Amino acid sequence: MKPRILLGTLVLLTACEREQRRFQELPAAARPAARDVQVSELQPGPVAAPPSEPAPATRAASEDNAYDVSEGKRLYVWFNCAGCHAAGGGGGMGPPLLDAKWRYGSEPENIYATIVEGRPNGMPSFRGKIPDTQVWQLVAYVRSMSGLLKKDVAPGRSDTLNTRPSESSKARETPRPEEVEQPR
Amino acid sequence: MRRLLPLLLACTGCGGLRMLDARGPHVARLRSLWDLLFLISAVVLAGVVLMMLGALLRRRGGSRAQVPEVEAHSVPPGGEGARPVDPARERRMGSAVGTAAVLTVVLLFVITVANASTGAALARLRSPDALEIQVVGHQWWWEFRVQDADPSRNLVTANELHVPVGRPVVLKLNSRDVIHSFWVPELTNKRDLIPGQQNTLELQADRPGVFKGQCYEFCGLQHAKMGFVIVAEAPEQFEAWRNQQLQPAPQPTDPVAQRGQQVFLQGPCALCHAISGTDAAASTGPNLTHVASRSTLAAGTLPFDRGHLAGWILNSQSLKPGNNMPALTLPPDDLQALLVYLESLK
Repeated sequence: MKPRILLGTLVLLTACEREQRRFQELPAAARPAARDVQVSELQPGPVAAPPSEPAPATRAASEDNAYDVSEGKRLYVWFNCAGCHAAGGGGGMGPPLLDAKWRYGSEPENIYATIVEGRPNGMPSFRGKIPDTQVWQLVAYVRSMSGLLKKDVAPGRSDTLNTRPSESSKARETPRPEEVEQPR
Repeated sequence: MRRLLPLLLACTGCGGLRMLDARGPHVARLRSLWDLLFLISAVVLAGVVLMMLGALLRRRGGSRAQVPEVEAHSVPPGGEGARPVDPARERRMGSAVGTAAVLTVVLLFVITVANASTGAALARLRSPDALEIQVVGHQWWWEFRVQDADPSRNLVTANELHVPVGRPVVLKLNSRDVIHSFWVPELTNKRDLIPGQQNTLELQADRPGVFKGQCYEFCGLQHAKMGFVIVAEAPEQFEAWRNQQLQPAPQPTDPVAQRGQQVFLQGPCALCHAISGTDAAASTGPNLTHVASRSTLAAGTLPFDRGHLAGWILNSQSLKPGNNMPALTLPPDDLQALLVYLESLK
């Protein structure tokens, strides 16, 4: 009986797409609301002209794909998210990303909007700077830091020195809203 | 046919990695070591094959007449199955095995001495006035930093390196991600680029030429498309190249190129690439300050021209799947402007 269960599990695992690397495929669109809104005046580089027509937003199936999440982890350093939120997401100049508190919502669409539109008090707007696919990869990685992703998808180890347990061993936090500090 | 032959001969040399063409003093030493090893191996192989053929073809029973007949059911003195001892035969066998053993030791000793003396000869080639170049391996491209005593003359480029003829070059090898290996068969031996460790490799080109190099340690999906080019040229030409590469990118005057620059700086390009003289200063992707002066695109994958550049920008994943350049969606006008701007970066 046991080998059969094992075999069945193996067959099921071959069907799961957590390791698939979709280099070219642009997954079906799920357009988040108010994409062209820019909340923050901060942005890297010179001021971008507002897009003449909104590019089709692509919601990558990143949340179930280990490759996408690890790409997000690489981009988190490459695009200097780590500069404010710290390399493991522990927070610094920017708020920590690995706790349960979410000022602007923990859903993927909320985090996407935060990255693309920017937020008051310092979060720059990366609209037009980061391709949509990569924003979704970042979103998936940000969610993995507070244990909101499945454990087999979240990164199991870092390429650099580990300062804290890996994302895959992070206990799942229950997201709760946090009061936003008002600028004085 | 007569016309074809020179063409064919010319093509055997074009494009590939030519391992037996030594074009520098370092690799010439290695070439003579290689010749010696080849000679020894060939002689040993020929000897072994001849011995084997002799053993196979030799008629059996030539000496059987001298061996006393053994009765079928009696047990010989040496035990069950042992043949009677023939002292002359034993001596012959002993001396053959002894000669082979001595010959093996001598040959191995010769190889060891030749190996060590080649290493010593290579070490003697080190020179204090060598040009220092830092080589950083990335998945999947090469970063070259030509060093100078004056830090403002340190030069950053990618995938295409010029070196002066007749002057030794010291390469300081390092890697940003995984282990790569640097190899230009006509100029050097191989050496690994190891993250967090600096390896050193020397080379010198004796005559001008364009030499292909290649990553020689499997480093991921696009290992095969991690090539580079070394252009050896006269010292004056090298200095001219260096001074030209040190210049910041010229400000575009043409309105289309100006728009292209805006597309570059406002779009996603500037998040990974640098163009000196502009706000773009990121270092995760290749430095594009003089991208149009290079002959290839994407680490030797494609020739540098407008068509390939457009294809690379729009969908690099179909040309080199898995590389770190994302596919970009750009309106046609923006793309054209960007291409004009990038092509102006001579």
